[in-house]
Amino acid sequence: MKVMLDCIVCPASCHIQVELYEDGKIKKITGNTCRRGMDYAISEITAPVRMVTSTVAVEGGNTKRLPVVTSSPVPKEKIFAVMEQIHKIMVCAPVSVDDIIISDVCGLGVDVVASRSIRERKEEEA
Amino acid sequence: MKHYELVIAGGGSAGMAAALSARREGVSSILILEQGKELGGVLLQCIHNGFGLHTFGEELTGPAYAERYIRMVKKEQIETKTETTVLHIGKDRSVTYVNSQEGYMTVQAGAVILAMGCRERPRGALSIPGYRPAGVWTAGAAQRYLNLEGCLVGRRVWILGSGDIGMIMARRMTLEGAEVLGVAEVMPYSNGLPRNRRQCLEDFGIPLYLSHTVTRIIGKERVEAVVISRVDENRRPIPGTEQEFAVDTLLLSVGLIPENALSEEAGIPLDGRTKGPSVNSAYESEIAGIFACGNVLHVHDLVDQVSREGEQAGKAAAAYLSGPQAGEAGKTMEISAEAGEGLSYVLPQRIRPGDAERDGGIEFKFRVRRSFRQAALEVRAGEALIKSVRKKYMEPSVMETVQVKWEELSHMGLFRREDGIPVLRFILREEAGRDEGDA
Repeated sequence: MKVMLDCIVCPASCHIQVELYEDGKIKKITGNTCRRGMDYAISEITAPVRMVTSTVAVEGGNTKRLPVVTSSPVPKEKIFAVMEQIHKIMVCAPVSVDDIIISDVCGLGVDVVASRSIRERKEEEA
Repeated sequence: MKHYELVIAGGGSAGMAAALSARREGVSSILILEQGKELGGVLLQCIHNGFGLHTFGEELTGPAYAERYIRMVKKEQIETKTETTVLHIGKDRSVTYVNSQEGYMTVQAGAVILAMGCRERPRGALSIPGYRPAGVWTAGAAQRYLNLEGCLVGRRVWILGSGDIGMIMARRMTLEGAEVLGVAEVMPYSNGLPRNRRQCLEDFGIPLYLSHTVTRIIGKERVEAVVISRVDENRRPIPGTEQEFAVDTLLLSVGLIPENALSEEAGIPLDGRTKGPSVNSAYESEIAGIFACGNVLHVHDLVDQVSREGEQAGKAAAAYLSGPQAGEAGKTMEISAEAGEGLSYVLPQRIRPGDAERDGGIEFKFRVRRSFRQAALEVRAGEALIKSVRKKYMEPSVMETVQVKWEELSHMGLFRREDGIPVLRFILREEAGRDEGDA
């Protein structure tokens, strides 16, 4: 059997073809242009993962929302569980990019980290 | 009047990259004028990841990508004015802006770089009959509300247009608890990156209706439902194919247009195909000393491409400021580049032989008009074939590039022609029946 995948690793969006044996094991992978594409195809067939990005509320910052991102991809079926944890968070400014906002989210061994810095709001900005 | 060597209109990814590259080339007085509260432009609301693979060798979110550039701009002590709106740019390179500290100000620039980005095509550009109820948003405006303000604009959503922002918002609103019932795309192909189709629609089971459009919006005060219809090959709705979906929100992701109100007012000639200024191989518009880069020039898919174009424009502006060619734009012999069969545009539109010789060639950017499988891009000068590049896949949603080397241009005797302006023509030829895997 042949499976066609649009690679999501980077915006080059390579068209990858995966040939499978009858038992679902991978026979051959073609169409990828890098090693990461190969890894993506293997993971997509066996255990798909995704990065999760969202925002959390900020108190006292120069912006209202802090964008956050998982430090590495999480299993696809855990996306909504991760979102549920993200929804519970409110942070106080200042924040530095890459600060850990939730460590080991849902016990997945992945952190949710800040994807920008936020400084404290000055009086005149209130 | 205050004088700057270089004034940049817009502090997004193009403007910041242009400023940094001009600084590296030795331009000392640079001013960036930015309308927003902080530098970064649209990147600040693009909280998804996938930015920077080419520039930084890693995948960042939009805000993280912007932050790296903002830090470099600060480190270089490049003067920046935020919450500042440019009101007028003159052909004499005067720039008038307004902000709450200085009021109405005019400065004189040695060179100007246009980096104002793009805007979304609004509802008014589409002919959808019905009232004007609340709940119709451009996808980018809804993105701004959600990611910067924390407001979800609807609970049951339909999306018209399969542009990247629309698909990214389909995922984003789903993650925040909204139900996205579907995406209608008038073309028979998706208009966004294939990866977004996969991870934003397919992952969440959101159906994509190709060759469909919204033909009616129901609701007087607030959107209550949308009617979609299948369209024929001429994009005309087919009667009898209507389907109604009860939604409270309609997002439009129907295209981006370079933001050229200032350029037009300045009398800078635009290209009808890109909707941005017509530029030469130094990213210089038809007005000497005024350059353009990023989405104001043509709409890009990737920020990395924007940053690179910004760098090239910054470098070219620095050369203009220091070089003997200052003020001589248009006087040297130029070659014009034309998009032919199968292409929607090619850029730059004009080549200065000096640029091609110095850089060893010219990188042309282009988009195809429809999906191509196994096609060859040909670059021709009259009957002569200068270059042919074969590609396995080409899609309108992906900007393509082709490098034409100096030798390839010069040995054609192009620059010695005396019968008018030589023209390079870019055309696509489909190679039917080629084996797969041959690219």
